Amino acid sequence: MSAFTALLARDLHLALRQSADSFTVVAFFAIATVLFPFGVGPEAEVLARIAAGVLWVAALLAALLSLDRVFTVDFEDGSLDQLLLNGQSLTLMVLAKVAAHWLTTGVPLIIMSPVMAVTLQLPAEGYGVLVLALILGTPTVSLIGALGAALVLGSRRGGVLLSLLVLPLYIPVLIFGTAAVEAAITGMPSGPMLSVLAGLALIAVTLCPLGTAAALRQAAE
Amino acid sequence: MGTSDTFKTATFSGENLTCRRGGRMVFAGLGFTIPTGGALVLRGPNGSGKTTLLRLMAGLARPTAGRLLWSGAALEDPEAHGRHLRFIGHLDAIKPAFTVRENLAFWVAFWGRDDGLIGRAMEAFGLAALADFPARLLSAGQRHRLALARLVASPAPLWLLDEPANALDDRSLGALTDTIAAHRARGGMVVLASHGADLASGGATLALDKFAPTDAAQWTDL
Amino acid sequence: MHRFANPTQFMRIANAIYPWAAGLCVLLFAAAIPIALVFSPPDYQQGDTVRIMYVHVSSAWLMMMIYGIIAANSAMFLIWRHPMANLMAKASAPMGAIFCALALITGMLWGKPMWGAFWVWDARLTSTLILFFLYLGYIALSDAFEDSERGDKAAAILALVGSVNIPIIHFSVEWWNTLHQPSIIKDGNMSVDPALRLPLFLMMGAFTMFYFAVLILRLRSELLAAKIRNARLSQVADASAPQPAE
Repeated sequence: MSAFTALLARDLHLALRQSADSFTVVAFFAIATVLFPFGVGPEAEVLARIAAGVLWVAALLAALLSLDRVFTVDFEDGSLDQLLLNGQSLTLMVLAKVAAHWLTTGVPLIIMSPVMAVTLQLPAEGYGVLVLALILGTPTVSLIGALGAALVLGSRRGGVLLSLLVLPLYIPVLIFGTAAVEAAITGMPSGPMLSVLAGLALIAVTLCPLGTAAALRQAAE
Repeated sequence: MGTSDTFKTATFSGENLTCRRGGRMVFAGLGFTIPTGGALVLRGPNGSGKTTLLRLMAGLARPTAGRLLWSGAALEDPEAHGRHLRFIGHLDAIKPAFTVRENLAFWVAFWGRDDGLIGRAMEAFGLAALADFPARLLSAGQRHRLALARLVASPAPLWLLDEPANALDDRSLGALTDTIAAHRARGGMVVLASHGADLASGGATLALDKFAPTDAAQWTDL
Repeated sequence: MHRFANPTQFMRIANAIYPWAAGLCVLLFAAAIPIALVFSPPDYQQGDTVRIMYVHVSSAWLMMMIYGIIAANSAMFLIWRHPMANLMAKASAPMGAIFCALALITGMLWGKPMWGAFWVWDARLTSTLILFFLYLGYIALSDAFEDSERGDKAAAILALVGSVNIPIIHFSVEWWNTLHQPSIIKDGNMSVDPALRLPLFLMMGAFTMFYFAVLILRLRSELLAAKIRNARLSQVADASAPQPAE
């Protein structure tokens, strides 16, 4: 078994043992979404108009909450030192951590999103594209988030600082993720936006692990 | 790699190592050589840089100047150097949610070793009876033994041990001494930072305070 | 390049540049302010409002140039570990953030007469706002660690990440803007009338010289602060160091 699969399996195993963590993230996603109708009123047209944006923003914030822990636990219990000493590429190790984060938070959010879309009166045409956009967009969220989490490792105000660093970088994903769903609702082709989301994911998957690895090595130094 | 095998002949040395942390020069011009099967005991008062030097040797930290050599060849790539060594620091890298066996099995798999030695490793450090215990129930000494068991479970030629005698009772101390002796007999190398017990008989001693910079050189502008 | 890494060498050059930068800054301001505020003609559409442009464009120019300088110095710091590159980046960041804020404020003041509202989600204003957040993140991160070296390096990585992301964010925002506000807000006449060009260039030059002059002052005080810190540390070390046995 390679280091990649070993680490991925360990993180999934740990997430399973501590499944309350993943559950909390999904619950946060749900409650954050539910707050909006109270803020803007329950009119179906208004909700349908903002549904895509609300779901994306809530998903970003929910993912952000879980990012704080991606490396912190390993950093604090000394596992990070040992992970750095695997004698292989550090970027591969980072990808395993990111994959585990995506599987334990991104995927539950994707599964939950159509349910929350129902409460926001999302028109029927939007569901397929919403899920597709989340599938293409959430890996970028995990990749950029892991980079931010590695940068703030060991800092005095990790969580709050992380949001300040990472949220501006999420704006392109938010723009194209929302636009894809809106295009689908208004009968426009959503293919171009989905392609851009896929492109962003490709850029993120090539560049972010390098930065994350560099940040982790410095955190250990 | 079985226990009966010996390691390929290797030596580990450092030349002219200088380390600066937080604007303070910790040590300068430090050199050492560990022959095949050799041991090096780091001694020095608190703050003399024992842990820093161990992390430097592991490639976790980079020296401000100087270089490390593996069998005479300069180590260019710290990532590849990780394959040569096991580092046991103050933190034990144990997941409380896993059992003792699972904790060991993960690191063995992660480092790409086969799992044939896990049982022997647990026996060596008196953990066999605790194999299926969740690690969160372990005492401090037991956790430390679990960390040390990684040395046996996934062999590597160079061991870097930071205060390995901490929190160990007499019996475990004996087990550790025996393990180190067996490791060296197979051609393995050990570096220890230690205050007390003599865990590596016949090993060289490196007194770090000898390499502390003089007062004038200790503080730099930046 | 590498000899600038030596602080003493670097400061000798910087101190030689300082009077020139400061002097040019004063001269350019002395020329630019009267021309910009009094002698240059008002815009035929915007009237006197256009005079905000001199401050707005100059600030916007500096906020982008300073981010570029931070990113370049961060790269040099990460690759060659030049301490001066790190100090340059660290000393520049608050100034970049201030010019960014200035560009935002003047942009809003300019927006009121032009668009009828202090804030519209114009692509350029929005990008500026995001750049402001990137500056804030950089400053917060570099200050977030007990070990200042760690903060320096983390912030340097963040600066490089930001420099990759800024174009992506910029184009996303631009596209988003055309999607949601087709043809409501036009760029107006961004081709600047020749009569306004001279004061604008003078003003941009004055701002740039101001940045260089203040940067050198900040580097100087940063180095002095490091000296004081070290002097204190060595006192502590002298008091607590175990006396050698010999």
